[in-house]
Amino acid sequence: MDRRKSLKLIATGAIAGGTIATGCTTGEEKAKEVKSAEPVFALDRSPDELVYEKKLLAQEKFFSEHEMSTITVLADIIIPKDEVSGSASDAKVPEFIEFIVKDMPQHQVPLKGGLRWLDMYCLKQYGKAFKDCSSQQQIEVVDAIAYPNKAKADMKQGVAFFSLMRNLTVTGFYTSEIGVKDLGYAGNRPTQWNGVPPEVLKQYNLAYTEKELNECVSFSG
Amino acid sequence: MGDFQIKKQPKKYDAVIVGSGAGGGMAAYILAHAGLKVCMIEAGPMYDPQKNVTQLKNPWDSPRRGASTKLRPFGDFDACYGGWSLEGEPYTKESGTQWDWWRARMLGGRTNHWGRISLRFGPRDFKRKSIDGLGEDWPIGYEEVKPFYDRVDKMIGIFGTNEGLENDPDGIFLKPPKPRLHELFIKNAATQAGVRVIPSRLSILTQKLNDDRGVCFFCGQCGRNCSMAKADFSSPNVLIYPALKTGNIDVVANAMAREVLTNKEGLATGVSYVNKDDMTEYQVEGRVVILAASACESARLLLNSKSTRHPNGLANNSNVVGKYLHDSTGAALGGVLPQLFDRKRYNEDGVGGMHVYSPWWLDNKKLDFPRGYHIEYWGGMGQPSYGFNWGIESLNGKYLVKGKKKEAGGYGASLKEDNRYFYGAGVGMAGRGEAIPLESNYCEIDPTVVDKYGIPVLKFNVKWSDNEIKQAKHMKETFKEIMHNMGAVITWGGDDDEKNNWGLSRPGEIIHEAGTVRMGNDPRRSALNKWSQAHDCKNLFCVDGGQFVSQADKNITWTILALSMRASEYIIDEMKKQNL
Repeated sequence: MDRRKSLKLIATGAIAGGTIATGCTTGEEKAKEVKSAEPVFALDRSPDELVYEKKLLAQEKFFSEHEMSTITVLADIIIPKDEVSGSASDAKVPEFIEFIVKDMPQHQVPLKGGLRWLDMYCLKQYGKAFKDCSSQQQIEVVDAIAYPNKAKADMKQGVAFFSLMRNLTVTGFYTSEIGVKDLGYAGNRPTQWNGVPPEVLKQYNLAYTEKELNECVSFSG
Repeated sequence: MGDFQIKKQPKKYDAVIVGSGAGGGMAAYILAHAGLKVCMIEAGPMYDPQKNVTQLKNPWDSPRRGASTKLRPFGDFDACYGGWSLEGEPYTKESGTQWDWWRARMLGGRTNHWGRISLRFGPRDFKRKSIDGLGEDWPIGYEEVKPFYDRVDKMIGIFGTNEGLENDPDGIFLKPPKPRLHELFIKNAATQAGVRVIPSRLSILTQKLNDDRGVCFFCGQCGRNCSMAKADFSSPNVLIYPALKTGNIDVVANAMAREVLTNKEGLATGVSYVNKDDMTEYQVEGRVVILAASACESARLLLNSKSTRHPNGLANNSNVVGKYLHDSTGAALGGVLPQLFDRKRYNEDGVGGMHVYSPWWLDNKKLDFPRGYHIEYWGGMGQPSYGFNWGIESLNGKYLVKGKKKEAGGYGASLKEDNRYFYGAGVGMAGRGEAIPLESNYCEIDPTVVDKYGIPVLKFNVKWSDNEIKQAKHMKETFKEIMHNMGAVITWGGDDDEKNNWGLSRPGEIIHEAGTVRMGNDPRRSALNKWSQAHDCKNLFCVDGGQFVSQADKNITWTILALSMRASEYIIDEMKKQNL
């Protein structure tokens, strides 16, 4: 098989053959109709999802501006810019968090309450809300809640909040375009699987058996 | 509602098929190509994989980054509409019993997202009672189904290898893909534990099969359905849309079947259904009625189709409809393979699923549970999605990262290093085993509850027996040994014990339900004869998992396809002989 040709065909969709429109029902037409009104989800939605997600997106903002600023500071402490990639806010992680708490209401109280806990703690320690503290003060607080095993007993609520922030930030970042590139995930594109690259097999002192080489599909070039 | 009336579809069909998954799709394909006029009723919306696309999307194309919702429980990119609970369509359970009921609602049903694991039953799987005295023998044997398996292999396409195993029969296979890196580690570790590992058998086209379909381009996303190349089996891509080309099929979507209609002689005349869009009631007539609505929905339809001639529900003189309900067993665990920390990046998406698996390798006569299981494996550098590296604080304090000891948790550049370091080191495995179908495990009509269409709903009454629990224990012990042999660290699923049935899945959870409309030679003890034809109503057929006497430790789709093809050709034959 001509590899370049097949990949080109796949890219245009031609390889899958034509689309058949016979037997089209009202259900199908309806689905199409609503679909065009939905710009945010760039993927197939069922009719029920279109209804659900329209409601979801019509909700008011869950976090106040103050809370969003705090989330942004925290997210960028958790995932800062480094020599490989940008920061959490470069990857729009705060926006992801604002969306996900609407979609997963179980995160709402732990986050909103946690943000308040953080501000109250900072108010007592430094006389200011977290976002208005100096960078040095912010890091001091974060150090006190970022390490579950060595954090003090009276900081456990802060630890739980920070762990949730870390989880959401990490997940939001590494599922963004910047994060996926940072990670080096190399898939989600047409290819031909020819097995583990030879240099990797060598690194792990592994080899395909004669049987595997004979019975498995392989591609040249 | 105002003018309440029942509308009759004027067109008379040769066959009315309820359901559009593997069983319904195959029946439609065979009958339409034989020139019969077919009406297919589907409870969910139309769906065309060529237009409804989630394949090759990036995680950020979903604002929830591929997380699941109630409407898409397998994640935002998964191709199946439906779920564990449907708005306005309840089901109930006897207290103290369990059943999780997955209901797909779309053209093609769950074939749009299934695992493509396509295993033939072996000769022993049809005759289990003769071997161990439990359950029931099928009225047919492997030799009778083999020609149909062969034809399904050739028509739909499957990769695998001929291994000459007695109860995991050879087939007509395309070439399998080479194992991935973690699969090589697993293969070595399992082999050390005495567990055979062979190339998996998935209905994915690694080579060209025909002009209508392309070949796999290894994106690993069969769960999203192959919109781009039609290189995996789904009922819409492979059966329904090709069958529509004949001009012999009308698909009625968003149509919830209410009951099978019968005449004074007790024969089926058609199906009544409610149009979910405008709540209008319809009737459609056919010379034969073919149920393929899923094991439990088909049983529900039959039990709800009462008449003077069929007071106990249709095809239920035997009183077995709804009984012998059973699912595959399941148990799983997973962890990390430290050898794979800091691994080199490359595209190892492969096909959508495992490249190797383990068919059942032991003799149950030497064990304390009667039936076997197969093992499925996973791991490696998949596409990140919601939940990625959730709980990294449980990893990054335990292992040296680039030679440095770190405190668990943390943040900043160091945390970014950890995320890169641990990526792609995950590995896991799950067993899928055979349960014994029992009369005492059943679904029935709840006498007090109806759904929003006024259709009486199912009430479930299912419990695992000791046989399944002991099997799950054996799974866990085997998995631990395999993990240990390759130096993997178990991070979940390793702490099960008798208190939680060794992590055994809840009945229904594996979504392989079967047995509710079983076939048999004795009309007193079975609903269907060996041609999937109702003993009590000769122009009524059931071609989904309902007809199964037992379901082996093999995922049931390939057998549904083979039996539906077989039943459909029997229908054509009987029509020619004017018996139908």
